[in-house]
Amino acid sequence: MPSLLANKWTKVPVFLLCLFPFGFLVWRSFTGNLGPNQVETLQHTTGDWTLRFLVITLCITPLRKLLKLRDLIRFRRMLGLFAFFYACLHFLTYLGPDQSFDPAAMWKDVAKRPFITVGFTAFVLLIPLAITSTAGWIRRLGGRRWQWLHRLIYISAICGVIHYYWLVKSAVLRPLTYGAIVAALLLWRLGDWLFRRGRSIAVAQKTENASAKV
Amino acid sequence: MLIRRKPELTYADVTPKDLYFNRRKFLQAMSLAGAAAFVGKSLLELTAPTRNVFAASKFPNLAKSPFSTTEKQNTLEEVSHYNNFYEFGVDKDQPAKNAQKFRTSPWSVSVEGEVKTKRKFTLDEILKLAPLEERIYRHRCVEGWSIVVPWIGFSFSTIANLVQPTDKAKYVAFESAYDLSQMPESRYAGIQLPYVEGLRLDEAMNPLTLVTVGMYGDSLPNQDGAPVRMVIPWKYGFKGIKSIVKIKFVSKEPPTTWNLANSQEYGFYSNVNPNVDHPRWSQAKERRLGEIFKRATLMFNGYQDQVASLYTGMDLKKYY
Repeated sequence: MPSLLANKWTKVPVFLLCLFPFGFLVWRSFTGNLGPNQVETLQHTTGDWTLRFLVITLCITPLRKLLKLRDLIRFRRMLGLFAFFYACLHFLTYLGPDQSFDPAAMWKDVAKRPFITVGFTAFVLLIPLAITSTAGWIRRLGGRRWQWLHRLIYISAICGVIHYYWLVKSAVLRPLTYGAIVAALLLWRLGDWLFRRGRSIAVAQKTENASAKV
Repeated sequence: MLIRRKPELTYADVTPKDLYFNRRKFLQAMSLAGAAAFVGKSLLELTAPTRNVFAASKFPNLAKSPFSTTEKQNTLEEVSHYNNFYEFGVDKDQPAKNAQKFRTSPWSVSVEGEVKTKRKFTLDEILKLAPLEERIYRHRCVEGWSIVVPWIGFSFSTIANLVQPTDKAKYVAFESAYDLSQMPESRYAGIQLPYVEGLRLDEAMNPLTLVTVGMYGDSLPNQDGAPVRMVIPWKYGFKGIKSIVKIKFVSKEPPTTWNLANSQEYGFYSNVNPNVDHPRWSQAKERRLGEIFKRATLMFNGYQDQVASLYTGMDLKKYY
């Protein structure tokens, strides 16, 4: 498994796999298999896949640490960019069929409707992450600052879940499931951070004690 | 006597030589093209069957209605595969699958409450209460989509006149069938069941208010509310209760399912109104199934002339 993850060619099938939902959607569009409300099918499917890719991206770090799979990190950027890709498609299905490509109407809607506002926020927050996803930008920003910036994905994922939750009329089971998964992934990070902080304090105290004895 | 003779064939009538020599090839090509078209069509049929829907024998003498719109109708496929019927699942494509085995026979509807003569009608009796009409109505869902459907039924006033509401009757309450053993998916509905709905008596007596027993020339598919449902075309779709088992004339405004679920978002009246938005989305526009871009939503779904007078003096922002 580790060697497979380290192999540079593994990215190719992963990429194609990530593209599959899009390909399937295109195929359904051209064969008239989108169901009675084609636009809604496109909106829901692209929205679903945005959330799924956000969740998958957020899984990388915990899995990498828990399973000690160092090379998993190689896939994080691609998965995050796929989340952005599906978010763009999702946004286009809103801007086009819903708002007739009228930016003024869109802004009015974004400002007025909390459900749209959070969805739009989730999308906009992903834009700087996509732009600064290159190695050049990591260098320019410096690792630490880059990392802080990319924690915006936490807020984006939370906004995405709220957007979904506010969309449904009464069937809250699915948005709540996404909510639970995102919550678990963020809580793990908090726990991990507290644990490391505790340990580094302990280490610092130890060294302090040791130096006091000398 | 002058005998008109047709002129002899001229040289212009001669089939050109190349065409003459190629006529076999031409025929071959034609049959090939035909075969290809046939195969193509069968393939298309396999991927997207266009069921032949008009079994029209079920209701042979449908009267036409002046209330019908001339707008383009949606297809039976669309109307029967995009349903909100939470008893059979919350996804639009679930009722078409999960309602197939729902038992609609025997069926009876009890009419009770503030009436002079309580009655229990079997479905056969209901079908004979009045001459059945085809009413092609616009149907607007609160979620922002719409369809045009040729319903079959008769005005609700027929039933009211039979049972004779008393002076105390001010509202009509409706109740849907509810049987968990036949509707296991209803556990995830997130709304209180059985589904209940209601109308003010004058709304119920408006000739547009339709007791509906069929669509597209045939009985209602189970997922569309078989065997008998209400259609109130100037109100959001959820007011049109499906699979009715009870009709009760009452003196007070009856509880309604979506209002119970969320009173901020779904009022008792729920008239189609482009000027009163749902708290979470605009109601100014709607998407007709089959179309990409949205169209403007009409006041009272375009039935203003028939129903606006029911609400004179009422603040429709307050009574949404």
